[in-house]
Amino acid sequence: MCYDVAIIGAGVIGALTARELSRYKLKTALLEARHDVAMGATKANSAIVHAGFDAMPGTLKASFNVKGCEMMPGVCKELSVPYKNNGSLVVAFSEEEMETVKKLYDRGIANGVPQLSVIGKDELKALEPNLADNVCGALRAESAGIVCPYELTIAATENAVTNGVDCIRDAKVEAIDFADGVFTLKTAAGDIKTKYVIDAAGVHSDDIARMIGDESVEIVVRRGEYFILDKSVGNTVSHTIFQCPTKMGKGILVSPTVDGNLLIGPTAEEIDDKDDVSTTPSGLRDVKTFSVKSCPSVSTRNAITSFSGNRAHPVTDDFILGPSKVNPQFIHASGIESPGLSSAPAIAVYLAKVVTDAIGNVEANESFNGERKEVFRFRHATDEERAAAIARNPAYGRIICRCETVTEGEIIDAIRAPAGARDVDGVKRRTRAGMGRCQGGFCGSKVVEILARELGCEINDITKFGDGSNILFDKTK
Amino acid sequence: MMNYDLVVVGGGPAGMAAALKAKECGVESIIILERAETLGGILEQCIHSGFGLTYFGEELSGPEYAARFIEMVEKTDITVKTDAMVLDISESNLVTAVNKKDGLLKIQAKAVVLAMGCRERPRGALEIAGSRCSGIMTAGTAQKYVNLDGYMPGKKVVILGSGDIGLIMARRMTLEGAEVKVVCELMPFSGGLNRNIVQCLNDYNIPLRLSTTVVECHGKDRLEGVTIAQVDDKLQPIESTKEYIECDTLMLSVGLIPENELTKNVGIAIDRVTNGAVVDEMRQTDHKGVFACGNVLHVHDLVDFVTMESQLAGQGAAEYILNGEKETVYVNSTTGNGVRYLVPQRVNIKNGNDVKLYFRVGKIYKNAKVVLECDGEVISSKKKVKLAPGEMENVVIPADVLAKMNENSTIVVRVEE
Repeated sequence: MCYDVAIIGAGVIGALTARELSRYKLKTALLEARHDVAMGATKANSAIVHAGFDAMPGTLKASFNVKGCEMMPGVCKELSVPYKNNGSLVVAFSEEEMETVKKLYDRGIANGVPQLSVIGKDELKALEPNLADNVCGALRAESAGIVCPYELTIAATENAVTNGVDCIRDAKVEAIDFADGVFTLKTAAGDIKTKYVIDAAGVHSDDIARMIGDESVEIVVRRGEYFILDKSVGNTVSHTIFQCPTKMGKGILVSPTVDGNLLIGPTAEEIDDKDDVSTTPSGLRDVKTFSVKSCPSVSTRNAITSFSGNRAHPVTDDFILGPSKVNPQFIHASGIESPGLSSAPAIAVYLAKVVTDAIGNVEANESFNGERKEVFRFRHATDEERAAAIARNPAYGRIICRCETVTEGEIIDAIRAPAGARDVDGVKRRTRAGMGRCQGGFCGSKVVEILARELGCEINDITKFGDGSNILFDKTK
Repeated sequence: MMNYDLVVVGGGPAGMAAALKAKECGVESIIILERAETLGGILEQCIHSGFGLTYFGEELSGPEYAARFIEMVEKTDITVKTDAMVLDISESNLVTAVNKKDGLLKIQAKAVVLAMGCRERPRGALEIAGSRCSGIMTAGTAQKYVNLDGYMPGKKVVILGSGDIGLIMARRMTLEGAEVKVVCELMPFSGGLNRNIVQCLNDYNIPLRLSTTVVECHGKDRLEGVTIAQVDDKLQPIESTKEYIECDTLMLSVGLIPENELTKNVGIAIDRVTNGAVVDEMRQTDHKGVFACGNVLHVHDLVDFVTMESQLAGQGAAEYILNGEKETVYVNSTTGNGVRYLVPQRVNIKNGNDVKLYFRVGKIYKNAKVVLECDGEVISSKKKVKLAPGEMENVVIPADVLAKMNENSTIVVRVEE
């Protein structure tokens, strides 16, 4: 069998692109090196839908960001994933920084960003009373929002699979051959033949490009560290609060999340090991120090956890999108750092167009349905909905995760879903079991049991996130 | 909707003792709502001995201690619903719970006893840098895997925190053939019982390193090692003392947090030190008819004390149900030098009985005195060879002292060196 398109990397770009391609009668494969989708930069970033004033006019970043930001609410609605249009503020702490804010405003206008304004201290403090007293003013972008990037990716993958895409996980691409117009991808899951390749491999996209002899992509890995704070302080701010940008990025932000927590971070540190997502004592210290500058009440005493994510920074400083000069059947989707998440819906549409234009005369997939049915969430349901759900399936009456009120039924749904959960972290990202303040202390072992039962294996076969991340060893003596 | 005189949230040692006492006092309809599949709470996984020495005068294992109460509950007409999670308690004591069999349960209660226990502080709260690989778990989770599921969660183990569960697990893992390399404790003293340090560490030659913490976890998939370091008097790691220890498992025993999400939702006042409700001597919260006892109120060292405290709560709930509100004049108990917290936080001086105040100290004291002072007068001054943060202490305010007090009176407990 030969696929028409194989997408390498099931992050937010890969998954949304797969879904776009499933609108057509094409055989599409979504390949993921890891045990689950959304395991790279997608699962560990700021979860922000930027308005689009950061990137320089004329760049791909600028145009895709503005377009993606506009598309995001609709895509999230179709896929039944949470999105909140909370708006963002770039806060200035000095007159000098107010100049930067004004420059960002001008840039935003040039990029076509709607609903932008420069506001003074009083208006700013009225919007966000918990900001520091020494703020001078801010750039307000009312079109900005927040999403859950891994939920979006999981939902897009599910929808793509429902519409005919093959999602193959644990399929790390080791080498690529090309003969007679067909690529053979040598993967950990066997050889996969395809006419077109979309390289959405994130921090590894340059390594993948090199497999076809394309040396043009150069990725530097920038690690960003974050803290997630408890829901009890989730309403410290309602907007996403940025500080004025520096050369290394947009600085430390303080933002609510769609799940009601508070997110602070990221740092920006260039590292050599592309897969090293360790946090560091100095990085965590920096996040603490700089977040307090915006909001003095922010305290990591309320931390639920800390994490880091690696962003694929292209040395060209702009997204790399489109056919390779070495082989036009190989399409780059590289260097998707911030505002990559915001741009993702627009990038996906663009990449699908590149492929379909190249193939030519592609028929529409008449059975395509872009709507993903809403997943039952006990914690969001009314008493009537809860009672009805339990009557339908008693497993919705058994609470597994206390902190986030997640039922056994929801966990089973997540495992049985298309490209469903296969490990503990996969259940966590799909249901939030283990994501609360006890961090799986109570529900972790129960999730392991349910996974083993559903997957038909022993509990010591269950991993945290695939590979060698087993949780248990042998039976006791 | 169902009606019960008393709803007990949690069927561990606290909930069972409270329910049984309320029954004994004459409360007719009582229901226990337990989240797990069985009654017994965390005792079910505590297969070591050492339970019951104070209350029963004999040494029992956790399941044996629980079984005694389960049997007593079974002999009564107390309704028990297991696998039932309480979702909400309203202002008017309408309890909403859920389980597989009954679906959503709405229970109107005259009184409620909160006995939800506590949870372990997780890694995320500690700011340990490094990877988020597998092999990092709380000691209680590890205990469940070993004792209930029968699987080994690790082979080479480092334990951070010398709380009792950590100490118990050091011995348990050793007995199961694992190598416990070291127990690190951030503070200059252990937070666990002295008997556990002797019986679980010293007897097995497991080193306890005080003023030492884990600063970084290493390993991409499964844990491969940790970096530990000594800390200075501000509890900051000292760079030059960093040391790598190879291990596949890091167990955390770094504190217990009372599970008070329900309590907070009702709007009940919480003590910032205990993280439990503010209560009076019958363990009634500031929300009328709602009582709290056991580890949800403050973390206890021995289950025996949980039982005794919960009986007070059960009695208090029974009196409330049967007799309605009592005449109350509250005097707050105040922590003096060296005392971290006091439970109860306020005392009804019209109570008519002796009142026992439980407390913990903030550091180790040798040959110190525990002084109870009421209205500026020293009521008692007891010499103690040793006071340690890991052990709960108590002092008694005699009934005749309380009888002489008025609403402006003061109660202070302090340590004198």
